[in-house]
Amino acid sequence: MAQSLPEPTVAALARGLAAGRYSAVELTRACLARVEAAQPQLNAFITITAEAALAAAAAADAARAAGRAGPLTGVPIAHKDIFCTSDVRTTCGSKMLANFVSPYDATIVSKLAAAGTVNLGKLNMDEFAMGSSNETSHFGPVRNPWDTARVPGGSSGGSAAAVAARIAPAATATDTGGSIRQPAALCGVTGIKPTYGRVSRYGMIAFASSLDQAGLITVSAEDAALLLGAMAGFDPRDSTSVDSPVPDYAAALDAPLAGLRIGLVREFFEKGLDAECEARIREAIAVYEKLGARVQEVSCPNLPLSVPTYYVVAPAECSSNLARFDGVRFGHRCESPRNLTDLYSRSRGEGFGAEVKRRIMTGTYVLSAGYYDAYYLKAQRVRQLISADFARAFESVDLLLGPTSPTTAFEIGAKVDDPITMYLNDIYTIGANLAGLPGMSIPVGFAGGLPVGLQLIGPHFSEARMLNAAHRYQLETDWHLRAPAAFA
Amino acid sequence: MQWETVIGLEIHAQLATRSKIFSSSATAYGAAPNTQANLVDLGYPGVLPVLNGEAVRMAVRFGLSIGARIARHSVFARKNYFYPDLPKGYQISQYELPIVAEGALEIVLDDGTRKRVGITRAHLEEDAGKSLHEGLPGVSGIDLNRAGTPLIEIVSEPDMRSAQEAVAYMKKVHTLVRYLGICDGNMQEGSFRCDANVSVRPKGQEKFGTRAEIKNLNSFRFVEKAINYEVERQIELLESGGKVVQETRLYDPDKGETRSMRSKEEANDYRYFPDPDLLPVVIDDSYIETVRSQLPELPDEKAARFVRDYGLSEYDAGVLTASREFGAFYEDVVQRVGKEPKLCANWVMGDLAAFLNKDNLEIGASKVDAAALAGLVTRIVDATISGKIAKDVFEAMWESGESADAIIEQKGLRQITDTSAIERAIEDVMAKNPGQLADYRSGKDKLFGFFVGQVMKATGGKANPAQLNELLKKKLAG
Amino acid sequence: MSLNRNDIENIARLARLELAEAEIPVYVDSLTRIFDFVGELDRAPTEGIAPMAHPLPGLAQRLRADEVTEADAHERYQRNAPRVEAGLYLVPKVIE
Repeated sequence: MAQSLPEPTVAALARGLAAGRYSAVELTRACLARVEAAQPQLNAFITITAEAALAAAAAADAARAAGRAGPLTGVPIAHKDIFCTSDVRTTCGSKMLANFVSPYDATIVSKLAAAGTVNLGKLNMDEFAMGSSNETSHFGPVRNPWDTARVPGGSSGGSAAAVAARIAPAATATDTGGSIRQPAALCGVTGIKPTYGRVSRYGMIAFASSLDQAGLITVSAEDAALLLGAMAGFDPRDSTSVDSPVPDYAAALDAPLAGLRIGLVREFFEKGLDAECEARIREAIAVYEKLGARVQEVSCPNLPLSVPTYYVVAPAECSSNLARFDGVRFGHRCESPRNLTDLYSRSRGEGFGAEVKRRIMTGTYVLSAGYYDAYYLKAQRVRQLISADFARAFESVDLLLGPTSPTTAFEIGAKVDDPITMYLNDIYTIGANLAGLPGMSIPVGFAGGLPVGLQLIGPHFSEARMLNAAHRYQLETDWHLRAPAAFA
Repeated sequence: MQWETVIGLEIHAQLATRSKIFSSSATAYGAAPNTQANLVDLGYPGVLPVLNGEAVRMAVRFGLSIGARIARHSVFARKNYFYPDLPKGYQISQYELPIVAEGALEIVLDDGTRKRVGITRAHLEEDAGKSLHEGLPGVSGIDLNRAGTPLIEIVSEPDMRSAQEAVAYMKKVHTLVRYLGICDGNMQEGSFRCDANVSVRPKGQEKFGTRAEIKNLNSFRFVEKAINYEVERQIELLESGGKVVQETRLYDPDKGETRSMRSKEEANDYRYFPDPDLLPVVIDDSYIETVRSQLPELPDEKAARFVRDYGLSEYDAGVLTASREFGAFYEDVVQRVGKEPKLCANWVMGDLAAFLNKDNLEIGASKVDAAALAGLVTRIVDATISGKIAKDVFEAMWESGESADAIIEQKGLRQITDTSAIERAIEDVMAKNPGQLADYRSGKDKLFGFFVGQVMKATGGKANPAQLNELLKKKLAG
Repeated sequence: MSLNRNDIENIARLARLELAEAEIPVYVDSLTRIFDFVGELDRAPTEGIAPMAHPLPGLAQRLRADEVTEADAHERYQRNAPRVEAGLYLVPKVIE
């Protein structure tokens, strides 16, 4: 494995760059060396943009020399391949977009570039963000750096693996049903899914529009705070983007936790949670109590219906969002189409993988005449119930804590036969997406040598408090600094 | 068997906004293919719609003008189907909660009877692109310039009972949207399109018959012909024991018949659901009142005012208010002349309209503007020239762009009102035509006209007709 | 609820997805399992509960000013098009 980075966190690297201990070019070179070295084992990247990264790093160094550097200038990151990047391939993990070169940048890509970050490349992911193991990617599965026979989680598997292996200091990612939090938990890193509408979706290839949110996978909560501050904010190009000021997340990090009211969702501890994982969760909760938080049980009785609700709503929205992939203006087109129907059916049949097709068909069915009321409307009503459960819980507590994933990382190929088994990986995370709530996962130990993540869920726009709670835990413990020996 | 026709019309009017409904591309007609289609219009991965506020305002304007209820909360929905001119694979439209709910319009038929036609709803949606087939063997070319242009879809109740009523309704809506400045009504360019739902039922039966939808009728004439053909077709079919199939048909103007469209969408299941990329459109009372206060005088109001204030017939008032510009032109003339509104009306509806038609011009491009026409009418009113001479003056004004006074002066067309001059001319004609004089005096009254003609000829048409008549009568009597 | 081959073929047609013969029974099976699973929603107490279309309640659509801010960039956009001629996207003949 190539040489380690001088520091593991964005915060420390930023300080190092500012102090002149190394240049952005040197740092980027070091990252690229690690990225290249790890690629055969992890397959975390789909496109490595070495030349462009070095050019951006040089520009960052020049900016610093000219006195124009900001806190993130020269910091290397990588983007999940769901974000459109101008003049760079954006594949969404799919054959459908295998050669798609976006003519524009997603808003968050522009914002992070404007903040001075350097993009190392595009990270592997489950196809069209549909999956919990990064096994549906057209470009091959990503492997968990803690045990390369195991999955990193999904759909942001590449993002989580890259950060866990310390080949990229931080990565952007997206979360529709848990796709940031679950891989963060399985890879022993920190992940944050902001409140719906906190971060722009413009340029983020849509899966389920009312659930998708862009976020981050980082080594620490502090790093998440720094980068979220640069990513978040109102975007006039996104009608669902919320026009409210972005707090200074970094400034709020150190506040003491005395008096913080923590809720444990009873329904999260009922069945299905691995005993060792549960033990790590309970130990983490004990740390919070030591830090002055008060813990009580809350009940969200409709939460067990999250997964079936999600698997009506998300496929419905995706079946419509993916209709634009028809071989006409961009994307895969079949050879010699006989007629229009053939053009569409064969281009889409060839371009999409099985899980994507499965979800498109599920979605088409639940929206179709005769089924709309029984499925789609019913699911949206249950969604209302679930949101109400959370709102009620937040009347008596400030944050909810619980498991992120029912198990640690499972073996590649172990769950591909039955879709339901795979879907149940998101049993704890989906509720937050349905209610638009912000959520995080932070590493809290190991079970059988594999990372375990603790989930935090907060009320709408409570990112500052959540990051603060995560950060205080990370000052008290060092799980977030553990990295797999194989990639040291 | 007596049959009754039942017709409902769905009109799609393109809103005259500068930019598209969900993107900032231009809406101007006639640009080179795909030069007015941005990433949002093209349905690129990752793009999102943002609603044009002017489209909302225009829709509310329309709703208020038909006395409709404006929805305080309306929702955009996706209509999902695959077609090459529909880049996202869905059209953003409105389904369960349209922005405009029930309203109505009053139409006037040729025989003067009035009829109320209900409007079920009007909603906002985006237009699709265009497929071009000319000169492209085996393929079609897709131009997405039009994709995303805002449309208002106006759905009538099935209240019309004849092609005539349907055309009257369509014309009324056409006039209204142009009055409101929300649509240019250009049917050739496709900014105003009509689909007709036509069915028949035995007279007296309450239940509606099966209807056929005739799509994309882009002229009043075609609407009339297509409906008439379709009614015939359906009656023939039913009378010979057949059944009307609920389907979409196209009108072929060359053959003068409707034919079934080759299954464009099969039996499409549009799978409507609220568009998650757009939030509900919330409209409050103060917004509605602001739009209401900015409404122009509507055609019916203006026509009623013309009848009241200018003493015009309902018919004339209707013609003059056919467009806002035409009505404004007329009023401008009347205000300037200061009297004789009916005379002004005759000139605007008669000679001016004829010349506009001849040169294929809209009133805004008239070669004789309101001030100039008022100048001419004033000269008739003050007896400087006769009405007959005025027609020649008008033509000269149209060709040369000069004022009435300038032309009257140049051509020496002032009316002769000097009694002795007219008398002299009469005496002269009488002297030159002794035979006719003798015949007239012996009872051939019809020869009066001969003498009028002769005196007019002798005076170059300038003798004041009223004075001429009076003096001629006296002189001929002897 | 159990789906059959016919259901899958109809859905695939609506969604314009060509499925290989061998794939069809696999989809019949997986979609049946999904709908069985989703059937749990039936027991949810949703009487009088409104459907939630947007996760953040009470927000209204922002209205944009009616301004043209886009310049023609069709050459750039059409670089990704599989078949373009004279600025038009080409597809098999559309029959109306």
